[in-house]
Amino acid sequence: MPADDPHPPYLHPPYGSTLLRAPAQPLLAPKLDPEAAELVDPVYGHRPVGDLDHDLTRQRPVEPLGERIIVTGRVLESGGRPVRGALVEVWQANASGRYAHDLDRHPAPLDPGFHGFGRCLTDDEGRYRFVTIKPGAYPWRNHPNAWRPAHIHFSVFGTQFAQRLITQMYFPGDPLFEHDPIMNSAAAARDRLVARFDLGTTEPEWALGYQWDIVIKGAA
Amino acid sequence: MLTPSQTLGPFFSHALPYAEGPFCVPEGHPGAIELRGRVTDGAGEPVPDALLEICQPGLFGRCPTAPDGSYHFRTARPETYLPLLIFARGLLKPVWTRVHLTPDDRFLDEVDESRRATLVATREGEAVYRFDVRLQGAGETVFFAI
Repeated sequence: MPADDPHPPYLHPPYGSTLLRAPAQPLLAPKLDPEAAELVDPVYGHRPVGDLDHDLTRQRPVEPLGERIIVTGRVLESGGRPVRGALVEVWQANASGRYAHDLDRHPAPLDPGFHGFGRCLTDDEGRYRFVTIKPGAYPWRNHPNAWRPAHIHFSVFGTQFAQRLITQMYFPGDPLFEHDPIMNSAAAARDRLVARFDLGTTEPEWALGYQWDIVIKGAA
Repeated sequence: MLTPSQTLGPFFSHALPYAEGPFCVPEGHPGAIELRGRVTDGAGEPVPDALLEICQPGLFGRCPTAPDGSYHFRTARPETYLPLLIFARGLLKPVWTRVHLTPDDRFLDEVDESRRATLVATREGEAVYRFDVRLQGAGETVFFAI
């Protein structure tokens, strides 16, 4: 692994689910010639992005409960070049910490106003923008009294399949950070997963604003 | 300052999958192939909460695994191999593998002979191929640093 690799290891014993899923064999580093299939542009043409897909508060006949927030930032390549027209997908729990997923058994209420999935395309500066509500923390069974800090899942595409990234964004100052093995799997790079509260992004009388840039590896 | 990867967690199936996701080409598309298989963990148990993606020129496919760990795609026959990307709960970063339809592909020369077979799909029908993924343990699939 290169010294600047910020990604977690596969095996991270404090996160129990890695124990039987982490590959044990070393990865093979293939020669990626320009014809390599991993360098193809991922064309996700199945479903066009709708005008309201970025607004998770307007996908139901009623508005969701919770603290309305704006989350915005840029998708950049490691060299600083913006990733334009790229698909960004987000999903999250509701304000009570419950996912609209059949298998989520956390005894917190579902919210008929909130499904918790959004998408958008980045603009010419690589910028994405979502309107949503702040997700709640929730318990999980990784270890006794385990709670995940509030987070939003992000899925990002670059211009090559090899740039694909799925990650999680956290909120500043969450007291659960030090107890969360998933966030801490990123070790010193975990701070890069934390959004910044931004008064300039905050809209008066309406929603708090957070800024979070996502940096993916450069196109080959 | 790259952004670190994080697991997609167990609760994504209300969000990322979509009905057409596994079907990169329409039914009856000339030269289409079906690709199916299962994802299993180090204990040989199915991985019911993985998300698989494939990519070819002009095509993209996405399929979540079923409770028995199975997945399926319909896509164009690749010129060389199909890159296959797998996300799952318990994978803090995804694994990359390559689905070869024949064992005589030049790309396989880079792979240790004893593990090469894990990258070659089994032909099960006229244009139907099976490719199982073992994340860990005996017969562990070869994964690539991409």
